[in-house]
Amino acid sequence: MAGDNPTTQEYINHHLTNLVYGKRPDGTWDFAHSSQEITDMGFWAIHVDTMFWSISLGVLFLGIFLLVARRATSGVPGGLQNACEMAVEFVEDNVTQVFGTRPNALIGPLSLTILIWVFLMNLMDLVPVDLIPRAAQLAGVSHFKVVPTTDPNATLGMSIGVFFLVLYYNFKIKGATGFALGLVTHPIPHWSMYWFNFILEMVDMVTKPMSHGLRLFGNLYAGEMIFILIALFPWYAQWPLSLPWALFHILIICLQAFVFMILTIVYLTQAHETGEH
Amino acid sequence: MNINATLFGQMITFALFVLFCMKFIWPFLTQAMRERQDTIREGLENAATAEKHLEQANQAADVELEKAKTQAAELINQARNRANQIIEEAKGQAHEEADRIIQGAQAEIDQEINRAREALRSRVSDLAVEGAEKILENSIDRNVHERMLNNLSAQL
Repeated sequence: MAGDNPTTQEYINHHLTNLVYGKRPDGTWDFAHSSQEITDMGFWAIHVDTMFWSISLGVLFLGIFLLVARRATSGVPGGLQNACEMAVEFVEDNVTQVFGTRPNALIGPLSLTILIWVFLMNLMDLVPVDLIPRAAQLAGVSHFKVVPTTDPNATLGMSIGVFFLVLYYNFKIKGATGFALGLVTHPIPHWSMYWFNFILEMVDMVTKPMSHGLRLFGNLYAGEMIFILIALFPWYAQWPLSLPWALFHILIICLQAFVFMILTIVYLTQAHETGEH
Repeated sequence: MNINATLFGQMITFALFVLFCMKFIWPFLTQAMRERQDTIREGLENAATAEKHLEQANQAADVELEKAKTQAAELINQARNRANQIIEEAKGQAHEEADRIIQGAQAEIDQEINRAREALRSRVSDLAVEGAEKILENSIDRNVHERMLNNLSAQL
């Protein structure tokens, strides 16, 4: 339990608060110590824990894969190479099924990065909720959220990144005029309805990255929330509740990483489609 | 739910990770996989070809074996014929040899007979003269009867 005999409300809040480093109203940069301070910092603040875990896990992923890629043999692969190739093949299969075999050097590595990185970040959800925050507290760090994907900054950061790619490919494949025409001629291809189409397409365009990022965030946030609530039970009641939920959560962890990847591929595929859809 | 500068931090991190993956990981892994696929495909194709070759070789071997069998049978037949011929020839030669030996013996016998006859003939006149001398108890002029005696022995 966090702090000295906190109330339930305080306990939950503590678990849902990031370690924030930001610009105070007086112009100095420092860690926030209360929710009021976090609010005062406004936009110019950084979730240090989110950045730390996401970068660590990303480096772990890239490190392992780099190690394998360096020593990749076309002969009989070892166990680690086999595992990495399974991931690569899985991604390639999905890309081929949705995106087709159009030559694109980006979509494969993009999908692989998303799949493994998001999976690793989700996986942190299975670490007992109090373990790392308590350890951090003992080390003098007041807040330490462990699961980067329960921070909308992380999920929206990725989905907006994908959104920029969608815009880029729309311009690249369809050209500025083609892209603009697509925005006004669908779904009702009549000149009098162009203004209406445009509003619809704009809504569509904004909701795509929002739903893309918030879906992942929502799923993981809810899962984390339930782990926190289970942690409020007496110690003897925690195990029978937290084990089934953790087992079920394994499914969510994999599924959400997969869904995020598939949606990325689908959005990029749509950006490449020039014909009517 | 605080949206703040972390968003940018995450976007930059994401972009860097994707770029890193694209430059240093994805191409090498996919290349290794492609190469292995090619190797396996080649191996399978080679195996199929080898199987076909084996079948062809087996067929060729069968044909050769069949040919060898016929040849052997032919050779055996020829040898048997030759043997029979040799036996026949040997038989003929033996017969000839036997005939020749028989003829030689016959000639010798004839010679012996003639010789005996000659000897007998030369002796006959003497015996006759001796007999006649004993009968007549006097000497007969041998010269007078010489011709008669010669005739006698010639008739013998």
